[in-house]
Amino acid sequence: MNDLATYNFAYLDEQTKRMIRRAILKAIAIPGYQVPFASREMPMPYGWGTGGVQVTASILGPDDVLKVIDQGADDTTNAVSIRAFFQKVANVAVTTKTVEATIIQTRHRIPEEPLKEGQTLVYQVPIPEPLRFLEPRETETRKMHALEEYGLMHVKLYEDISRNGHIATTYAYPVKVEGRYVMDPSPTPKFDNPKMHMSEALQLFGAGREKRIYAVPPFTEVVSLDFEDHPFEIQTFEKPCALCGAENVYLDEVVLDDRGGRMFVCSDTDHCEDRRAHGHAGSMLASTQHQRKEPAE
Amino acid sequence: MYVAVKGGEAAIANAHRLLADRRRGDRSLPSITIEQVVEQLGLAVDRIMAEASVYDRSLAALAVRQARGDMIEAIFILRAYRTTLPRFGYSEPIDTAGMLVERRVSATYKDLPGGQLLGPTFDYTHRLLDPSLIGDEPVAAPAMKEPGEQAMRVSDILDGEGLIEGDGQMPGGHVAGDLTREPMEFPMPRDLRLQALARGDEGFLLALAYSTQRGYGRTHPFVGEVRIGEVEVELDLPELGFAVSLGTIRVTECQMVNQFKGSAKQPPQFTRGYGLVFGQSERKAMSMSLVDRALRTDEFSEDIVAPAQDQEFVISHADNVQATGFVEHLKLPHYVDFQAELDLVRRMRRDHEAARAGQANGMKEAAE
Repeated sequence: MNDLATYNFAYLDEQTKRMIRRAILKAIAIPGYQVPFASREMPMPYGWGTGGVQVTASILGPDDVLKVIDQGADDTTNAVSIRAFFQKVANVAVTTKTVEATIIQTRHRIPEEPLKEGQTLVYQVPIPEPLRFLEPRETETRKMHALEEYGLMHVKLYEDISRNGHIATTYAYPVKVEGRYVMDPSPTPKFDNPKMHMSEALQLFGAGREKRIYAVPPFTEVVSLDFEDHPFEIQTFEKPCALCGAENVYLDEVVLDDRGGRMFVCSDTDHCEDRRAHGHAGSMLASTQHQRKEPAE
Repeated sequence: MYVAVKGGEAAIANAHRLLADRRRGDRSLPSITIEQVVEQLGLAVDRIMAEASVYDRSLAALAVRQARGDMIEAIFILRAYRTTLPRFGYSEPIDTAGMLVERRVSATYKDLPGGQLLGPTFDYTHRLLDPSLIGDEPVAAPAMKEPGEQAMRVSDILDGEGLIEGDGQMPGGHVAGDLTREPMEFPMPRDLRLQALARGDEGFLLALAYSTQRGYGRTHPFVGEVRIGEVEVELDLPELGFAVSLGTIRVTECQMVNQFKGSAKQPPQFTRGYGLVFGQSERKAMSMSLVDRALRTDEFSEDIVAPAQDQEFVISHADNVQATGFVEHLKLPHYVDFQAELDLVRRMRRDHEAARAGQANGMKEAAE
């Protein structure tokens, strides 16, 4: 009972890592296909990134530089917690800079900075099955994938259009990978879908609770499902980031007061800080800096 | 003023410090010892061992103390430890007929070899709060026969007459599955289903078992036998050529006897539902045996008409550590996705207003 705290490098034992690496290799060989793997019980709750953590733990080496984001930000609590976990169990170098990282574990976003060859993006996936909410049974959905029977998904998207005039899916927007498997991109906003297409980086997806790993190898076609007369569109924002002035990036809405005041700021905190460091300024940068000084005054 | 609602390492550290304070509570009171938890909250310890799939009372007690009495949290902590342990072999199947029984009751026979043995049960206690327990009154020593005795299993009595289906044989060379080491696949064989049920949430299985009694997948059950006691665990060591005993564990076993009409090939025979859990938990073992029987639809060509009969539904949702993680993950930030939904709802509302305004204008023009 007293020698509990002896854990292997990156927590998982080497046998488990091998098992997960085999699943990853299979996933890379069949882009978009969900490979079942013997997901382990991790010391953080299911649904909090156990799949991503297992994938990261299996590919992490002592020379890697790790970045962990949640909602695009490095300083959200769960990202802080996962980063601290790997610092503790692997003593690995960490960074908040997208360009410096060799492995980026993410929940809900893809960094704005285009990823480069040699980088790996690890997604935390809650429900890997894109057909799950159309058909709850795993036995059925596996058959549908095997037979490439995706009619149900198209009917769903069509019903969206007939009801709302457009496709009412804003995140976890289904994609087709290399012309074969329909895949869930994890609950990233559809804004990020185009970044997956022909990415130079390796993209790995881990779903711990559902025990599935899938992958998009570098330079792979990832096409968001749509119709000829209703082409896929990403979200656009009316104003640029209020702090760094960036356009064509994904923004978070921040409530400023109880009178309807709002500001929109980059969801990717590293991107935003980097731009500000390079002298870019948004409309509210000065005022927030000024206000931050106030308590000292 | 713009305050980023984002927590850093300091916030997490402070939260954990506060948690530790609340766990300890009033410092003027002595801290509970692990031994006290093991001895005085034994059934809580049993449940944690059962659902964490680790037979270790001290670790289970440590987990529940660390978890401030939250059972699922304690189960989670113990499982996260279990998963790091190497697996060095499979024990021989335990022989429950050789159990040293402390409790053994059958609902199908008035009396039987070995007798009915009530043991340490809450049954027939009147659930009146006992003020004498506020203090530490002396408790009389138990009146027992020789500690533990063996008794033949009721299912073997029925089996002797051929009235009940066999215990079930796995094909030769079958290695028992382990869903903590292999990914789940459906349809799932019975050995894996039983493993999933044995570590499944007691409350969930209880509710499912109850639903079968109320007509959602009825199985006409009788408790052939419930027995609680110590069994020996043996490991076959190829180097030695014989099995060695690793010690004893306390388990609860339930053999449920269920009705079956028979078929053209088979004469009418009772069928079985089986429950086995670590420690003392009749509620769990009985629930498990009802759900096990309900799930055996393919063997008896029964139609799946109720939730308890649907293995994908039951097995996929029986694990409370998975369930609590995924339900509670909803409190993690989701503002990126929510932003996308906000944007869409606003757009749809604009479209809606525009359409209504357009309609109103159209009506006005028509009226003019």
